Amino acid sequence: MDWIRDILRAVVGTIIIFSAVAFIAVMFGVLLERKVSAWMQSRLGPKHVGPQGLLQTVADTIKLLQKENIVPTRADPIIFASAVIIVPLAALLDYVVIPFGTTRSGPLIFRDLNIGVLYFAATSSLVVIGILMAGWGSNNKYALLGGLRSAAQMVTYEIPIGLVLVTVALMAGSLSTVTIVNGQARLWYIVAQPVAFLVFLIAATAEVNRAPFDLVEAESELVAGYFSEYSGMRFALFQLGEYGEMFALAAMAVTLFLGGWHGPVLPPVLWFVIKLYALIFVFMWVRWTYPRIRIDQMLNFSWKVLIPVSVLNLIVTAFFVVMAHR
Amino acid sequence: MSGEAIVFYLLAAVTLASGVIVVTSENIVHSAAALVPSFLGVTGLYILLNAEFVAGIQVLIYAGAITVLILFAIMLTEGGTGFGTRQRNEQAAVGAAVAAAMAVLLIVIATRTGWTAGSGTLPLYTPGVIGQSFLRQNILVFEGTSVVLLISLMGAILIARRED
Repeated sequence: MDWIRDILRAVVGTIIIFSAVAFIAVMFGVLLERKVSAWMQSRLGPKHVGPQGLLQTVADTIKLLQKENIVPTRADPIIFASAVIIVPLAALLDYVVIPFGTTRSGPLIFRDLNIGVLYFAATSSLVVIGILMAGWGSNNKYALLGGLRSAAQMVTYEIPIGLVLVTVALMAGSLSTVTIVNGQARLWYIVAQPVAFLVFLIAATAEVNRAPFDLVEAESELVAGYFSEYSGMRFALFQLGEYGEMFALAAMAVTLFLGGWHGPVLPPVLWFVIKLYALIFVFMWVRWTYPRIRIDQMLNFSWKVLIPVSVLNLIVTAFFVVMAHR
Repeated sequence: MSGEAIVFYLLAAVTLASGVIVVTSENIVHSAAALVPSFLGVTGLYILLNAEFVAGIQVLIYAGAITVLILFAIMLTEGGTGFGTRQRNEQAAVGAAVAAAMAVLLIVIATRTGWTAGSGTLPLYTPGVIGQSFLRQNILVFEGTSVVLLISLMGAILIARRED
Protein backbone atom coordinates (compact mmCIF):
# COMPACT_ATOMS: atom_id res chain seq x y z
CA MET A 1 0.00 0.00 0.00
CA ASP A 2 2.50 2.56 -1.18
CA TRP A 3 -0.02 5.19 -2.07
CA ILE A 4 -1.68 5.19 1.37
CA ARG A 5 1.75 5.83 2.89
CA ASP A 6 2.32 8.62 0.37
CA ILE A 7 -1.02 10.24 1.17
CA LEU A 8 -0.32 10.02 4.91
CA ARG A 9 3.09 11.56 4.32
CA ALA A 10 1.50 14.38 2.35
CA VAL A 11 -1.07 15.06 5.09
CA VAL A 12 1.53 15.06 7.86
CA GLY A 13 3.84 17.21 5.74
CA THR A 14 1.09 19.73 5.09
CA ILE A 15 0.30 19.99 8.79
CA ILE A 16 3.99 20.42 9.66
CA ILE A 17 4.57 23.05 6.95
CA PHE A 18 1.39 24.90 7.84
CA SER A 19 2.12 25.07 11.58
CA ALA A 20 5.76 25.93 11.03
CA VAL A 21 4.87 28.72 8.61
CA ALA A 22 2.03 30.00 10.81
CA PHE A 23 4.03 30.06 14.04
CA ILE A 24 7.67 30.58 13.07
CA ALA A 25 7.28 32.66 9.92
CA VAL A 26 4.06 34.61 10.32
CA MET A 27 3.50 35.10 14.04
CA PHE A 28 7.14 35.68 14.81
CA GLY A 29 7.60 37.56 11.53
CA VAL A 30 4.85 40.06 12.37
CA LEU A 31 6.31 40.59 15.84
CA LEU A 32 9.78 41.04 14.36
CA GLU A 33 8.41 43.51 11.83
CA ARG A 34 6.87 45.61 14.61
CA LYS A 35 9.98 45.41 16.76
CA VAL A 36 12.30 46.31 13.87
CA SER A 37 10.10 49.20 12.76
CA ALA A 38 9.93 50.45 16.35
CA TRP A 39 13.71 50.23 16.64
CA MET A 40 14.19 52.15 13.37
CA GLN A 41 11.79 54.86 14.53
CA SER A 42 13.16 55.08 18.10
CA ARG A 43 10.10 53.55 19.71
CA LEU A 44 9.74 50.50 21.93
CA GLY A 45 7.14 48.53 19.97
CA PRO A 46 4.89 45.89 21.58
CA LYS A 47 6.03 45.44 25.16
CA HIS A 48 3.17 44.37 27.42
CA VAL A 49 1.92 40.91 26.37
CA GLY A 50 4.40 38.30 27.55
CA PRO A 51 8.12 38.88 28.18
CA GLN A 52 9.24 41.87 26.03
CA GLY A 53 5.96 41.67 24.08
CA LEU A 54 6.80 38.20 22.72
CA LEU A 55 3.21 37.00 22.87
CA GLN A 56 1.70 40.09 21.20
CA THR A 57 0.93 38.32 17.90
CA VAL A 58 -0.60 35.35 19.73
CA ALA A 59 -2.96 37.75 21.47
CA ASP A 60 -3.71 39.48 18.16
CA THR A 61 -4.49 36.15 16.49
CA ILE A 62 -6.87 35.14 19.29
CA LYS A 63 -8.55 38.52 18.94
CA LEU A 64 -8.91 38.08 15.17
CA LEU A 65 -10.37 34.59 15.65
CA GLN A 66 -13.18 36.05 17.74
CA LYS A 67 -14.07 38.83 15.31
CA GLU A 68 -17.26 38.71 13.31
CA ASN A 69 -16.84 37.54 9.74
CA ILE A 70 -18.28 40.30 7.55
CA VAL A 71 -19.15 39.76 3.89
CA PRO A 72 -20.20 42.93 2.02
CA THR A 73 -23.77 42.74 0.65
CA ARG A 74 -22.83 43.29 -2.99
CA ALA A 75 -19.75 41.06 -2.85
CA ASP A 76 -19.55 37.82 -4.78
CA PRO A 77 -19.71 35.26 -1.93
CA ILE A 78 -17.96 32.35 -3.68
CA ILE A 79 -15.08 34.37 -5.14
CA PHE A 80 -14.79 36.38 -1.89
CA ALA A 81 -14.47 33.23 0.22
CA SER A 82 -12.24 31.18 -2.07
CA ALA A 83 -9.68 33.96 -2.59
CA VAL A 84 -8.79 33.65 1.11
CA ILE A 85 -7.80 30.03 0.62
CA ILE A 86 -5.75 30.45 -2.57
CA VAL A 87 -3.28 33.07 -1.26
CA PRO A 88 -1.96 31.16 1.81
CA LEU A 89 -2.18 27.83 -0.04
CA ALA A 90 0.05 29.06 -2.89
CA ALA A 91 2.54 30.38 -0.32
CA LEU A 92 2.58 27.08 1.58
CA LEU A 93 3.17 25.07 -1.63
CA ASP A 94 6.48 26.94 -2.11
CA TYR A 95 7.99 25.21 0.90
CA VAL A 96 7.90 21.73 -0.66
CA VAL A 97 11.19 22.26 -2.52
CA ILE A 98 13.14 24.27 0.06
CA PRO A 99 16.02 22.35 1.66
CA PHE A 100 16.17 23.46 5.28
CA GLY A 101 19.32 21.59 6.21
CA THR A 102 21.00 18.25 6.03
CA THR A 103 21.12 15.21 8.28
CA ARG A 104 23.08 11.97 8.16
CA SER A 105 20.29 10.33 6.13
CA GLY A 106 20.19 13.06 3.48
CA PRO A 107 19.00 16.61 3.00
CA LEU A 108 16.10 17.89 5.09
CA ILE A 109 13.58 18.67 2.37
CA PHE A 110 9.97 17.70 1.92
CA ARG A 111 10.62 16.43 -1.60
CA ASP A 112 13.65 16.94 -3.82
CA LEU A 113 11.87 17.43 -7.16
CA ASN A 114 14.02 17.33 -10.28
CA ILE A 115 12.15 20.44 -11.44
CA GLY A 116 12.53 22.17 -8.05
CA VAL A 117 13.23 25.72 -9.23
CA LEU A 118 10.55 25.56 -11.93
CA TYR A 119 8.07 24.26 -9.34
CA PHE A 120 8.87 27.22 -7.09
CA ALA A 121 8.26 29.71 -9.92
CA ALA A 122 5.01 27.96 -10.81
CA THR A 123 3.50 27.88 -7.31
CA SER A 124 4.47 31.43 -6.44
CA SER A 125 2.73 32.62 -9.63
CA LEU A 126 -0.58 31.23 -8.29
CA VAL A 127 -0.77 33.92 -5.58
CA VAL A 128 -1.79 36.50 -8.19
CA ILE A 129 -5.04 34.65 -8.94
CA GLY A 130 -6.05 34.79 -5.28
CA ILE A 131 -5.26 38.51 -5.08
CA LEU A 132 -7.17 39.31 -8.27
CA MET A 133 -10.16 37.30 -7.03
CA ALA A 134 -10.07 39.04 -3.65
CA GLY A 135 -9.96 42.45 -5.31
CA TRP A 136 -12.80 41.73 -7.71
CA GLY A 137 -14.93 39.68 -5.31
CA SER A 138 -15.05 42.45 -2.70
CA ASN A 139 -17.01 44.73 -5.05
CA ASN A 140 -15.07 47.73 -3.84
CA LYS A 141 -13.21 50.09 -6.15
CA TYR A 142 -10.15 50.35 -3.91
CA ALA A 143 -9.94 46.58 -3.60
CA LEU A 144 -10.28 46.16 -7.37
CA LEU A 145 -7.60 48.78 -8.05
CA GLY A 146 -5.32 47.07 -5.55
CA GLY A 147 -5.93 43.70 -7.17
CA LEU A 148 -5.24 45.01 -10.68
CA ARG A 149 -2.08 46.80 -9.58
CA SER A 150 -0.93 43.65 -7.87
CA ALA A 151 -1.49 41.56 -11.00
CA ALA A 152 0.46 44.01 -13.16
CA GLN A 153 3.24 44.19 -10.60
CA MET A 154 3.60 40.50 -9.90
CA VAL A 155 3.43 39.47 -13.56
CA THR A 156 6.10 42.06 -14.38
CA TYR A 157 8.47 41.09 -11.59
CA GLU A 158 8.05 37.36 -12.15
CA ILE A 159 10.10 37.72 -15.35
CA PRO A 160 13.36 38.90 -13.70
CA ILE A 161 12.86 36.27 -10.97
CA GLY A 162 12.45 33.58 -13.62
CA LEU A 163 15.56 34.77 -15.48
CA VAL A 164 17.58 34.71 -12.25
CA LEU A 165 16.34 31.19 -11.48
CA VAL A 166 17.49 30.08 -14.94
CA THR A 167 20.89 31.73 -14.40
CA VAL A 168 21.47 29.88 -11.14
CA ALA A 169 20.20 26.62 -12.63
CA LEU A 170 22.78 27.08 -15.42
CA MET A 171 25.56 27.52 -12.83
CA ALA A 172 24.52 24.37 -10.97
CA GLY A 173 23.59 22.41 -14.09
CA SER A 174 20.33 21.31 -12.47
CA LEU A 175 16.90 22.54 -11.48
CA SER A 176 16.94 20.58 -8.22
CA THR A 177 17.35 22.80 -5.16
CA VAL A 178 19.46 20.19 -3.34
CA THR A 179 21.91 20.01 -6.26
CA ILE A 180 22.06 23.81 -6.32
CA VAL A 181 22.96 23.93 -2.62
CA ASN A 182 25.51 21.14 -3.05
CA GLY A 183 27.09 23.13 -5.88
CA GLN A 184 27.85 25.91 -3.38
CA ALA A 185 29.90 23.79 -0.98
CA ARG A 186 33.08 25.65 -1.90
CA LEU A 187 31.86 29.01 -3.19
CA TRP A 188 28.48 30.64 -2.65
CA TYR A 189 26.78 31.79 -5.83
CA ILE A 190 26.47 35.32 -4.43
CA VAL A 191 30.21 35.68 -5.13
CA ALA A 192 29.92 34.47 -8.73
CA GLN A 193 26.53 36.09 -9.39
CA PRO A 194 26.27 39.35 -7.41
CA VAL A 195 24.10 40.98 -10.11
CA ALA A 196 21.66 38.08 -10.13
CA PHE A 197 21.42 38.22 -6.32
CA LEU A 198 20.65 41.93 -6.39
CA VAL A 199 18.01 41.49 -9.11
CA PHE A 200 16.43 38.63 -7.17
CA LEU A 201 16.30 40.66 -3.97
CA ILE A 202 14.66 43.66 -5.66
CA ALA A 203 12.20 41.54 -7.62
CA ALA A 204 11.35 39.49 -4.51
CA THR A 205 10.51 42.69 -2.62
CA ALA A 206 8.12 43.63 -5.42
CA GLU A 207 6.74 40.11 -5.66
CA VAL A 208 5.65 40.13 -2.01
CA ASN A 209 4.25 43.69 -2.33
CA ARG A 210 6.46 45.28 0.30
CA ALA A 211 7.65 48.86 0.47
CA PRO A 212 9.04 50.57 -1.57
CA PHE A 213 6.90 48.49 -3.96
CA ASP A 214 3.71 48.25 -1.86
CA LEU A 215 1.49 50.09 -4.35
CA VAL A 216 -0.98 47.24 -3.98
CA GLU A 217 -1.89 48.21 -0.44
CA ALA A 218 -0.83 51.85 -0.47
CA GLU A 219 -2.71 53.09 2.60
CA SER A 220 -2.73 56.73 1.50
CA GLU A 221 -4.65 55.99 -1.70
CA LEU A 222 -6.21 52.53 -1.57
CA VAL A 223 -7.24 51.95 2.10
CA ALA A 224 -5.67 48.49 2.34
CA GLY A 225 -5.79 47.44 -1.31
CA TYR A 226 -7.20 44.07 -2.22
CA PHE A 227 -8.00 43.01 1.34
CA SER A 228 -9.81 46.19 2.41
CA GLU A 229 -13.09 44.32 2.89
CA TYR A 230 -11.74 41.32 4.75
CA SER A 231 -12.17 41.08 8.50
CA GLY A 232 -11.28 38.73 11.31
CA MET A 233 -9.58 35.45 10.51
CA ARG A 234 -9.86 36.02 6.75
CA PHE A 235 -7.66 39.09 7.14
CA ALA A 236 -5.27 36.97 9.20
CA LEU A 237 -5.13 34.36 6.42
CA PHE A 238 -4.06 37.05 3.93
CA GLN A 239 -1.35 38.09 6.35
CA LEU A 240 -0.34 34.44 6.59
CA GLY A 241 -0.11 34.28 2.80
CA GLU A 242 1.96 37.45 2.56
CA TYR A 243 4.44 36.63 5.29
CA GLY A 244 4.56 32.99 4.14
CA GLU A 245 5.46 34.17 0.64
CA MET A 246 8.10 36.56 1.99
CA PHE A 247 9.76 33.83 4.05
CA ALA A 248 9.55 31.43 1.08
CA LEU A 249 11.30 33.93 -1.21
CA ALA A 250 13.94 34.66 1.43
CA ALA A 251 14.49 30.92 1.91
CA MET A 252 14.82 30.56 -1.86
CA ALA A 253 17.37 33.39 -1.93
CA VAL A 254 19.35 31.57 0.79
CA THR A 255 19.16 28.35 -1.22
CA LEU A 256 20.16 29.96 -4.51
CA PHE A 257 22.84 32.41 -3.43
CA LEU A 258 23.88 32.08 0.21
CA GLY A 259 24.93 28.44 0.18
CA GLY A 260 21.77 27.05 1.78
CA TRP A 261 22.67 25.04 4.87
CA HIS A 262 26.47 25.26 4.34
CA GLY A 263 28.53 26.89 7.08
CA PRO A 264 31.25 26.09 9.60
CA VAL A 265 30.92 24.72 13.19
CA LEU A 266 27.18 25.26 13.78
CA PRO A 267 24.62 22.60 12.70
CA PRO A 268 23.30 23.02 9.11
CA VAL A 269 19.69 23.80 10.07
CA LEU A 270 20.85 26.59 12.37
CA TRP A 271 22.94 28.09 9.57
CA PHE A 272 19.92 28.05 7.30
CA VAL A 273 17.76 29.81 9.91
CA ILE A 274 20.45 32.42 10.61
CA LYS A 275 20.79 33.28 6.91
CA LEU A 276 17.02 33.28 6.48
CA TYR A 277 16.45 35.77 9.29
CA ALA A 278 19.35 37.92 8.11
CA LEU A 279 17.60 38.28 4.75
CA ILE A 280 14.25 38.90 6.42
CA PHE A 281 15.90 41.67 8.39
CA VAL A 282 17.14 43.20 5.12
CA PHE A 283 13.57 43.11 3.76
CA MET A 284 12.29 44.90 6.89
CA TRP A 285 15.17 47.37 6.89
CA VAL A 286 14.32 48.36 3.31
CA ARG A 287 10.62 48.61 4.11
CA TRP A 288 11.09 51.04 6.98
CA THR A 289 13.72 53.23 5.32
CA TYR A 290 12.52 53.78 1.74
CA PRO A 291 9.46 55.77 0.64
CA ARG A 292 6.91 54.27 -1.74
CA ILE A 293 7.47 54.86 -5.46
CA ARG A 294 4.85 55.47 -8.15
CA ILE A 295 3.30 52.61 -10.11
CA ASP A 296 4.62 53.78 -13.51
CA GLN A 297 8.13 54.22 -12.10
CA MET A 298 7.90 50.74 -10.69
CA LEU A 299 6.74 49.01 -13.87
CA ASN A 300 9.26 50.98 -15.95
CA PHE A 301 12.03 49.94 -13.57
CA SER A 302 11.29 46.27 -14.13
CA TRP A 303 10.85 46.44 -17.91
CA LYS A 304 13.67 48.87 -18.66
CA VAL A 305 16.27 48.01 -16.03
CA LEU A 306 15.79 44.68 -14.27
CA ILE A 307 14.78 42.56 -17.28
CA PRO A 308 17.56 43.79 -19.64
CA VAL A 309 20.14 43.43 -16.87
CA SER A 310 19.05 39.90 -16.02
CA VAL A 311 18.92 38.86 -19.70
CA LEU A 312 22.46 40.18 -20.19
CA ASN A 313 23.58 38.42 -17.03
CA LEU A 314 22.01 35.18 -18.29
CA ILE A 315 23.79 35.44 -21.65
CA VAL A 316 27.17 36.14 -20.04
CA THR A 317 26.67 33.27 -17.59
CA ALA A 318 25.66 30.90 -20.37
CA PHE A 319 28.78 31.90 -22.33
CA PHE A 320 31.10 31.16 -19.41
CA VAL A 321 29.32 27.91 -18.54
CA VAL A 322 29.73 26.69 -22.12
CA MET A 323 33.41 27.76 -22.15
CA ALA A 324 34.05 25.95 -18.85
CA HIS A 325 32.49 22.73 -20.13
CA ARG A 326 34.39 22.78 -23.39
CA MET B 1 -9.14 -0.49 -7.93
CA SER B 2 -5.53 0.57 -7.63
CA GLY B 3 -4.53 3.81 -6.02
CA GLU B 4 -3.43 5.17 -9.36
CA ALA B 5 -6.89 4.58 -10.84
CA ILE B 6 -8.59 6.29 -7.90
CA VAL B 7 -6.33 9.31 -8.29
CA PHE B 8 -6.95 9.34 -12.04
CA TYR B 9 -10.73 9.36 -11.61
CA LEU B 10 -10.56 12.04 -8.91
CA LEU B 11 -8.40 14.29 -11.09
CA ALA B 12 -10.58 13.65 -14.12
CA ALA B 13 -13.68 14.53 -12.11
CA VAL B 14 -12.11 17.80 -10.91
CA THR B 15 -11.00 18.70 -14.44
CA LEU B 16 -14.36 17.92 -16.02
CA ALA B 17 -16.53 19.43 -13.28
CA SER B 18 -14.67 22.74 -13.42
CA GLY B 19 -14.73 22.58 -17.22
CA VAL B 20 -18.51 22.35 -17.08
CA ILE B 21 -18.59 25.41 -14.81
CA VAL B 22 -16.35 27.29 -17.27
CA VAL B 23 -18.80 26.84 -20.15
CA THR B 24 -22.09 27.06 -18.24
CA SER B 25 -21.53 29.79 -15.62
CA GLU B 26 -23.60 32.94 -16.03
CA ASN B 27 -20.79 35.04 -14.59
CA ILE B 28 -17.72 35.46 -16.77
CA VAL B 29 -15.37 35.91 -13.79
CA HIS B 30 -16.61 32.62 -12.32
CA SER B 31 -15.84 30.98 -15.65
CA ALA B 32 -12.30 32.37 -15.64
CA ALA B 33 -11.72 31.35 -12.02
CA ALA B 34 -13.03 27.84 -12.69
CA LEU B 35 -10.26 27.42 -15.27
CA VAL B 36 -7.75 27.17 -12.39
CA PRO B 37 -8.96 23.85 -10.90
CA SER B 38 -9.38 22.53 -14.44
CA PHE B 39 -5.75 23.33 -15.31
CA LEU B 40 -4.55 21.97 -11.97
CA GLY B 41 -6.45 18.71 -12.58
CA VAL B 42 -4.62 18.34 -15.90
CA THR B 43 -1.37 19.07 -14.04
CA GLY B 44 -2.17 16.20 -11.70
CA LEU B 45 -2.67 13.90 -14.70
CA TYR B 46 0.74 14.93 -16.05
CA ILE B 47 2.33 14.14 -12.70
CA LEU B 48 0.56 10.77 -12.73
CA LEU B 49 2.25 10.12 -16.09
CA ASN B 50 5.68 11.05 -14.62
CA ALA B 51 5.86 14.16 -16.81
CA GLU B 52 7.00 16.56 -14.08
CA PHE B 53 8.49 19.15 -16.39
CA VAL B 54 5.30 19.49 -18.43
CA ALA B 55 3.33 19.65 -15.17
CA GLY B 56 5.49 22.50 -13.89
CA ILE B 57 5.11 24.39 -17.17
CA GLN B 58 1.35 23.75 -17.11
CA VAL B 59 1.02 25.44 -13.71
CA LEU B 60 3.39 28.30 -14.59
CA ILE B 61 1.90 29.12 -18.01
CA TYR B 62 -1.73 28.08 -17.81
CA ALA B 63 -2.80 28.32 -14.17
CA GLY B 64 -0.38 31.15 -13.37
CA ALA B 65 -0.19 33.30 -16.48
CA ILE B 66 -3.10 32.59 -18.85
CA THR B 67 -5.76 32.76 -16.12
CA VAL B 68 -4.32 35.99 -14.75
CA LEU B 69 -4.29 37.42 -18.26
CA ILE B 70 -7.95 36.45 -18.81
CA LEU B 71 -9.02 37.85 -15.41
CA PHE B 72 -7.03 41.02 -16.06
CA ALA B 73 -8.65 41.49 -19.46
CA ILE B 74 -12.16 40.94 -18.05
CA MET B 75 -11.63 43.40 -15.21
CA LEU B 76 -10.06 46.11 -17.36
CA THR B 77 -12.64 46.07 -20.14
CA GLU B 78 -15.88 47.97 -20.02
CA GLY B 79 -18.66 46.14 -18.22
CA GLY B 80 -15.97 44.13 -16.52
CA THR B 81 -18.15 43.55 -13.50
CA GLY B 82 -19.09 40.25 -15.10
CA PHE B 83 -22.79 40.73 -14.54
CA GLY B 84 -25.23 40.90 -17.40
CA THR B 85 -22.93 39.36 -19.98
CA ARG B 86 -24.74 36.53 -21.72
CA GLN B 87 -22.50 33.54 -22.28
CA ARG B 88 -24.85 31.52 -24.45
CA ASN B 89 -26.60 32.42 -27.68
CA GLU B 90 -29.19 30.73 -29.88
CA GLN B 91 -26.56 28.31 -31.20
CA ALA B 92 -26.12 26.59 -27.82
CA ALA B 93 -28.03 23.48 -28.96
CA VAL B 94 -25.93 23.12 -32.13
CA GLY B 95 -22.75 23.56 -30.12
CA ALA B 96 -23.83 20.94 -27.60
CA ALA B 97 -24.66 18.49 -30.42
CA VAL B 98 -21.22 18.98 -32.01
CA ALA B 99 -19.52 18.53 -28.65
CA ALA B 100 -21.48 15.33 -27.97
CA ALA B 101 -20.65 13.94 -31.42
CA MET B 102 -16.99 14.76 -30.85
CA ALA B 103 -17.06 13.02 -27.46
CA VAL B 104 -18.65 9.89 -28.98
CA LEU B 105 -16.03 9.86 -31.73
CA LEU B 106 -13.17 10.18 -29.25
CA ILE B 107 -14.58 7.48 -26.97
CA VAL B 108 -14.99 5.11 -29.92
CA ILE B 109 -11.43 5.76 -31.07
CA ALA B 110 -10.04 5.33 -27.58
CA THR B 111 -11.86 2.06 -26.94
CA ARG B 112 -11.20 0.58 -30.42
CA THR B 113 -7.46 1.26 -30.33
CA GLY B 114 -5.30 -1.53 -29.00
CA TRP B 115 -3.01 0.23 -26.54
CA THR B 116 0.02 -2.04 -26.73
CA ALA B 117 2.79 -1.30 -24.30
CA GLY B 118 6.06 -0.48 -26.05
CA SER B 119 9.11 -2.56 -25.23
CA GLY B 120 12.50 -1.34 -24.09
CA THR B 121 13.39 1.37 -21.63
CA LEU B 122 11.85 4.83 -21.52
CA PRO B 123 13.89 7.59 -23.12
CA LEU B 124 15.71 9.78 -20.61
CA TYR B 125 13.32 12.49 -19.45
CA THR B 126 14.97 15.49 -17.85
CA PRO B 127 14.76 19.24 -18.44
CA GLY B 128 18.24 18.99 -19.98
CA VAL B 129 17.15 16.46 -22.59
CA ILE B 130 14.05 18.52 -23.39
CA GLY B 131 16.21 21.63 -23.87
CA GLN B 132 18.61 19.71 -26.13
CA SER B 133 15.74 18.50 -28.29
CA PHE B 134 14.36 22.03 -28.58
CA LEU B 135 17.70 23.37 -29.77
CA ARG B 136 18.70 20.43 -32.01
CA GLN B 137 16.06 18.31 -33.81
CA ASN B 138 13.15 20.68 -33.23
CA ILE B 139 14.88 24.03 -33.57
CA LEU B 140 12.79 25.06 -36.59
CA VAL B 141 9.49 24.46 -34.78
CA PHE B 142 10.79 26.15 -31.64
CA GLU B 143 11.94 29.28 -33.45
CA GLY B 144 8.77 29.31 -35.58
CA THR B 145 6.65 29.36 -32.42
CA SER B 146 8.62 32.27 -31.01
CA VAL B 147 8.14 34.25 -34.24
CA VAL B 148 4.38 33.62 -34.07
CA LEU B 149 4.32 34.85 -30.45
CA LEU B 150 6.35 37.93 -31.36
CA ILE B 151 4.00 38.79 -34.23
CA SER B 152 0.91 38.43 -32.02
CA LEU B 153 2.54 40.66 -29.40
CA MET B 154 3.33 43.33 -32.00
CA GLY B 155 -0.15 43.04 -33.46
CA ALA B 156 -1.73 43.52 -30.05
CA ILE B 157 0.33 46.67 -29.44
CA LEU B 158 -0.54 47.98 -32.92
CA ILE B 159 -4.28 47.50 -32.37
CA ALA B 160 -4.26 48.87 -28.82
CA ARG B 161 -2.18 51.96 -29.72
CA ARG B 162 -4.16 52.95 -32.82
CA GLU B 163 -5.92 55.93 -31.24
CA ASP B 164 -2.68 57.67 -30.26
